[in-house]
Amino acid sequence: MTFYALFLPFVVALFAPALTRILKHNAAWVLALAPAALFVHFLGFLGAVADGGRVTGGVQWIPSFNVNFSWMIDGLSLTFALLISGIGTLIVLYSGGYLKGHKHQGRFFSFILMFMGSMQGLVLSDSFLMLFVFWELTSITSFLLIGFNHAEERSRRSAIQALVVTGLGGLSLLAGLLVIWNITGVSEMSLLLSTGNLLRDSPFFIAAFVLVLGGAFTKSAQFPFHFWLPNAMEAPTPVSAYLHSATMVKAGVYLLMRLNPVMGDTVAWETVLPIFGGVTLIAGTLLGARQTDLKLMLAYTTMASLGLLVMLTGFGTEGAIAGAVLYLIAHSMFKGGLFMVAGNVDHEAGTRDITRLGGLAGAMPVTFVAALFAAISMGGLPPFVGFLAKEEIYYGLAKGDTWSVVFTIVAIVGNALMFVLGFAVALKPFLGPKVETPKHAHEGPVLLLAGPVVLALGSLFFALFSGWSHEHFSTPMASAVMGHAAEITISIIPHLGLALYLSLGTIALGVLLYLSLAKIRSGMAALLAGIGWGPDRGFDQAIVGIVKLSVAVTRLVQRGRLEFYITATLIFLALAILVPMGIAGEWPAVPAFPDLYFYEWLLVLIAVLGLFAVIWARNRLTAIVSLGIQGFAVAVYFMLLGAPDLSFTQFMVETLSVVILALAMTRLRLSPQDHRSAVQTVTDGIIALAAGGALTLLLLRVLETDFDASLTEFFNEYSLQIAHGRNIVNVILVDFRGIDTFGEIAVVMTSGLAILALIRVLPRRSRSALSEPPKNPQNAGEAV
Amino acid sequence: MRTLIFRTVAPFLSSLMILFSVFVLLRGHNEPGGGFIGGLIAASALAIYGIAFGVSPVRRAIRFHPMALAGFGLLLAAIAGILSIFSHVPFLTGLWIYPKIFGVEVALSTPMMFDIGVYFVVFGSITSTALALEERERD
Amino acid sequence: METAMAFLTGLFFATSLYLMLSKHIIRVLLGVAVLGNAVNLTIFTTGRLTREIPPIIPDDAVVPIDAIANPLPQALVLTAIVISFSFFAFLLVLVFRSYQELGTDDTDEMREAEPVDEPAPPLGY
Repeated sequence: MTFYALFLPFVVALFAPALTRILKHNAAWVLALAPAALFVHFLGFLGAVADGGRVTGGVQWIPSFNVNFSWMIDGLSLTFALLISGIGTLIVLYSGGYLKGHKHQGRFFSFILMFMGSMQGLVLSDSFLMLFVFWELTSITSFLLIGFNHAEERSRRSAIQALVVTGLGGLSLLAGLLVIWNITGVSEMSLLLSTGNLLRDSPFFIAAFVLVLGGAFTKSAQFPFHFWLPNAMEAPTPVSAYLHSATMVKAGVYLLMRLNPVMGDTVAWETVLPIFGGVTLIAGTLLGARQTDLKLMLAYTTMASLGLLVMLTGFGTEGAIAGAVLYLIAHSMFKGGLFMVAGNVDHEAGTRDITRLGGLAGAMPVTFVAALFAAISMGGLPPFVGFLAKEEIYYGLAKGDTWSVVFTIVAIVGNALMFVLGFAVALKPFLGPKVETPKHAHEGPVLLLAGPVVLALGSLFFALFSGWSHEHFSTPMASAVMGHAAEITISIIPHLGLALYLSLGTIALGVLLYLSLAKIRSGMAALLAGIGWGPDRGFDQAIVGIVKLSVAVTRLVQRGRLEFYITATLIFLALAILVPMGIAGEWPAVPAFPDLYFYEWLLVLIAVLGLFAVIWARNRLTAIVSLGIQGFAVAVYFMLLGAPDLSFTQFMVETLSVVILALAMTRLRLSPQDHRSAVQTVTDGIIALAAGGALTLLLLRVLETDFDASLTEFFNEYSLQIAHGRNIVNVILVDFRGIDTFGEIAVVMTSGLAILALIRVLPRRSRSALSEPPKNPQNAGEAV
Repeated sequence: MRTLIFRTVAPFLSSLMILFSVFVLLRGHNEPGGGFIGGLIAASALAIYGIAFGVSPVRRAIRFHPMALAGFGLLLAAIAGILSIFSHVPFLTGLWIYPKIFGVEVALSTPMMFDIGVYFVVFGSITSTALALEERERD
Repeated sequence: METAMAFLTGLFFATSLYLMLSKHIIRVLLGVAVLGNAVNLTIFTTGRLTREIPPIIPDDAVVPIDAIANPLPQALVLTAIVISFSFFAFLLVLVFRSYQELGTDDTDEMREAEPVDEPAPPLGY
């Protein structure tokens, strides 16, 4: 079942465009059944993973390399799978409303389902190779989604940027996984998790660690690879709501959480992750505070949230992991909801610039309530799951040592700023005096409302029934991340203690900052203008640089002159033979003077004369005849050396060559004479002699080695016995190596067809050297 | 090229060469010869005939388009390979039968069929090229 | 014997390469024709040479009795001759046609695919 579940989204994606052509936007209702079915399917695993259990399965993929198509479901992957399919269902519905009437809506459904399938495959993968394949598939499908409005250059740029950054990260991840494979000898996650300290103790641990981080940090938009994430907001809002809050960017976090049991608890892990995560958290919130676009504000808070998750994962204590788990669940729900709210506002009011919005609460009450619920969860207020997450984070972080204090402060500042941004998005457009918007705002249809409302209610229920939800979701997931049993018990009833005071402090700080948001915004804008350069500009510079470099290289190498190409090839050929020979001292011995019979010498002489005559021929007839002479000399050689078949063939071929050459040349009026300058003649002569000489040396060297006659002996032995033929050459051709010959006659036939096609194509221009009379139609018809 | 002598001799020469090419083809398995060389001889025969009388008589003489002959040859070679399917042996495995025709035992085999295919491919492709070039010669 | 053939093969190579270095497409064509022979001789020579005894099993024997010429390179060269001929014929027609179309036999002037003043690609996305 799970095997088919992995493919279901891709199969449905195939039919999405056709279905959308028939049902228009209502196809969403049908298409949403696919992720809904997956959601139900995965709910069935809740019991199996509840007490740290694990379900694995798979089929052999490339048995000779011990690569399987295998999956693993434990607390971590199940929670992810449920988020992906659950939110996926809502997103498909939302897309139905948001892109209603768009001429490529079917294509969009197709892309988003494929993306869902990739993401789901990614979190369920057990084998490393499958993980990598799905990882890259998410990069590719997100490229398609981000560049959905491909007529706009900004979209194209964002799409390419996302693809390049996450694609490079994917390659880094592949290298990392291969290193892990080499260290541990296993290629499956389920086996890797039981290898204990094998990875941590390896001298190559740092290499694996850095390479894996390269994948995780690019995907999860950690500073300084964060720049693609806000740019990806060029995509239609359903994409932003799905890819860049709930799923794609979580892939990096998923990977880190997955590897925490085998890579965590090391100095590198517990230093690098919190530092990069912390910097990303603060940078994300500060950059977000500068924005006025609802989606961009949310995008930067996403970056910040990812920073927080990476920081907590790196912290590694049970409390921190529990906080990360709860925050991940909370974030997926509130951020998906907020993005959809921003999309609704954009869709119904015609703008998402926060300074041009206000007073929409009356016109869009349902959207407003959903926004408010999501913002409360994001701000960490009860009774939503965000509150549980934040309490747990503070429990996990707040310890006495300096390290913990620093990161507690970082978390407080970050959370406060996110509180500000969340409420800015949820309150500013809806409250205050009514502002005139480009469109007359009113409440969206049910397709647009289902998503935010369901997610808001989900956040609420998760927190209200925390005992049930911990048992089924958070505790199994935290256990999987920790690698041993963990227990999460936090509920919405606040307990007096440090965590609560820190929460209250955060809220107080948040309210303070909210009131001075305008000031922060102008301050950040001035600061960034002062810096002037960022990784985003750097990306452009790198791309332009690569294009310029390749143009320069192409201009240097691809001169458009055949002569140059041949010269370069020959020089390289000569060097490729002579240099290794010289370095290895493998020169052939000085050969003894050959003992040929008199007539053989005569033949050599004829061949040599033929060759020189071709070079020095003054008219085309001489050239053709000389070409024939050297060819016939070769034919006589074959005859003398015991190869009658070759000899006959060569005779016929040379005759036919001369005939067709004569036929063509009489009409070409081409002079075969050389028009090279003296200098050119000498240079070309030296190059040709060097290449020819090198080949001679190579041949002499080869002739010095012992000849392995085993194949020949086989053919001699069995030609008559098993192939019933006395002419061994012919037996080899039609029997022993028949398939080879079959390919060769196919080539002969193809070239015959190509020649016919070339001759039959009518001349394009009339400036042909031969004044071509109009074709005789009868003749042409007959020939074709 | 169209001298009286040449035009008188050409038909005989061509017929003899075609006959010889078939002979060379059939004896190829045990003596020097085979499909490649046979096809080349046959192609030269037609080239000579074409030079003597022009292209149209040649095309009339062989009835089919030379590329059709080449295609037939390739098909024959492929069939010779595929026949092995019925004996449950790998592609292109040689199969032999010895039927008695008029009391004489004749060896028929898929390698022979394959060689005939080679003959036709070489013959057809090269004739097609030569005829196409000769045709242009005159316009 | 092999030594002489090695030097002769080298000369075939040098001649064909010299012809191919020309700007004149008809000489390049002649060069390709000679190159075919050079390559065939190389294959033939590396299989070692034996005088005058073709690889044919005598009527009254099951396996060859005397030392015979190596049949394997012969089989390889046999197809190579035919292939290089069809390649040569194709090139010939190509030369013929390009001369008709472009009105030049100088390869430097054949710049259809790679024009002299090709514009740089756009730097945007």
